[in-house]
Amino acid sequence: MDITFMFETMKTLLAALPMTLALFSLSVFFGGLLALVIVWMRVSGNTIARNFAKGYIFVFRGSPLLIQMFLIFYGLGQFGFIRYSFLWPALREPFVCAVLSLALCTAGYTAEIFRFGLRAIPAKEIEAARSVGMSGFLLTRRILAPIAFRHALPAYSTEVVMMVKSTALASLVTVWEVTGVAQRLISQTYRTMEVFLCAAAIYLILNFLILQAMALLEYKLTPHRRAAPLFPVPQR
Amino acid sequence: MALFQLIGFGPTGWGGLLLLASLMTLCVTAVALLIGAILGSLVAWAKLSGSRILRTLGGTYTTVFRGVPELLIIYLVYFGGSSAVTAIGTAMGYEGFLGLPSFAAGALAVGIISGAYQAEVFRGAYLAIPKGELEAAQAIGMNRSLRFRRIIGPQVFRFAIPGIGNVWQLSLKDSALVSVTGLADLMRTSQVAAGSTRQHFLFFIVGGCLYLILTSFSDRFFTSAEKRANRSMPTSLGQA
Repeated sequence: MDITFMFETMKTLLAALPMTLALFSLSVFFGGLLALVIVWMRVSGNTIARNFAKGYIFVFRGSPLLIQMFLIFYGLGQFGFIRYSFLWPALREPFVCAVLSLALCTAGYTAEIFRFGLRAIPAKEIEAARSVGMSGFLLTRRILAPIAFRHALPAYSTEVVMMVKSTALASLVTVWEVTGVAQRLISQTYRTMEVFLCAAAIYLILNFLILQAMALLEYKLTPHRRAAPLFPVPQR
Repeated sequence: MALFQLIGFGPTGWGGLLLLASLMTLCVTAVALLIGAILGSLVAWAKLSGSRILRTLGGTYTTVFRGVPELLIIYLVYFGGSSAVTAIGTAMGYEGFLGLPSFAAGALAVGIISGAYQAEVFRGAYLAIPKGELEAAQAIGMNRSLRFRRIIGPQVFRFAIPGIGNVWQLSLKDSALVSVTGLADLMRTSQVAAGSTRQHFLFFIVGGCLYLILTSFSDRFFTSAEKRANRSMPTSLGQA
């Protein structure tokens, strides 16, 4: 094992880390927003909206992300009405296509996770809220959203880690993030193991930090699950 | 319609090749699931064993192969395996580069990944066996292998079916990444068809639909397998 080579490799790979982080944070953000819309349609009383959401979830969870990404990157440019529209300067960029397909894909998975969170809300709590006159947005803001999010958090953190791994596919549509750079280094140097170890270390540390942050968030959001302090907190 | 001819079975159609490619995707995934089952049960056994070294090794395996992008693992197996094969070839007097066959590399890479997930499935299934049954088997004098064959094996298999179904779906989608090694699976064939006819949108939609057919049929298969495995169990909540 060659320490100087590993050090150089690490430096090259770390230079690509901001790209991975940008892909990850943008797609998690937009995917989360889209998931809220999808889950709202999925649980709504409207048959058309519900079936649309069901179809969306089926398609984006049932097919590989790579084919969705290629469909957007190579497929959309084939249509004149897209190539001559105002969207083309954005859709021509591989980065935008990668974020778009990552967000669309994760929205399908996240919507399903949020739905299970919603189903975990005890009916009694909703009834109680309604009986004191909450409805609509107030009910969602005070009762539904906090409880559902708390329940969904463990599954959601798994999905977020999956997203870190999925950003690697962006290298196949020519976005140079960590895995793409690692692949280039491997084909230049033929030192697969060293490059793999460096790249794997970056991803593992990143995932570890994300899981720690999620665990901290879960801890902060669930004070009621913790045991009461053994000694009463002194009053100031 | 020219478009229908392109995806049809005629001399200019890609239909036959796409179906063949779907079969290739199924084959890669099936071999990968088998490799993963062997690796997964070994790792699950290591994680459940009393030895601290084995437990650490098993934990490292599942953490690394579930936390690193699938694409990176495929590169590791494909390029790393090819240089290993070349080194063996050179030692045996063959000059030049030898590549690992892309089917073997792909199935091994996806198998290693699915092994990490299957290890967790098997571990959970083993822990779901009621303690009393293991103690009862021990009490009437069954030895280790008999206990495994009569008590542990059948129940782990039964409890693991839903989890294995999930791993199969994951592997089916991961197998699309094997296309980077040039294996003519569904992903790769859709890509080639899209490139040579310049009908990208059409072929990626068709490829996506074929993947959807594969995933929904396997979903149905695993649901009925779960039902069959549980036919002697009293029905309770959450069953298929």
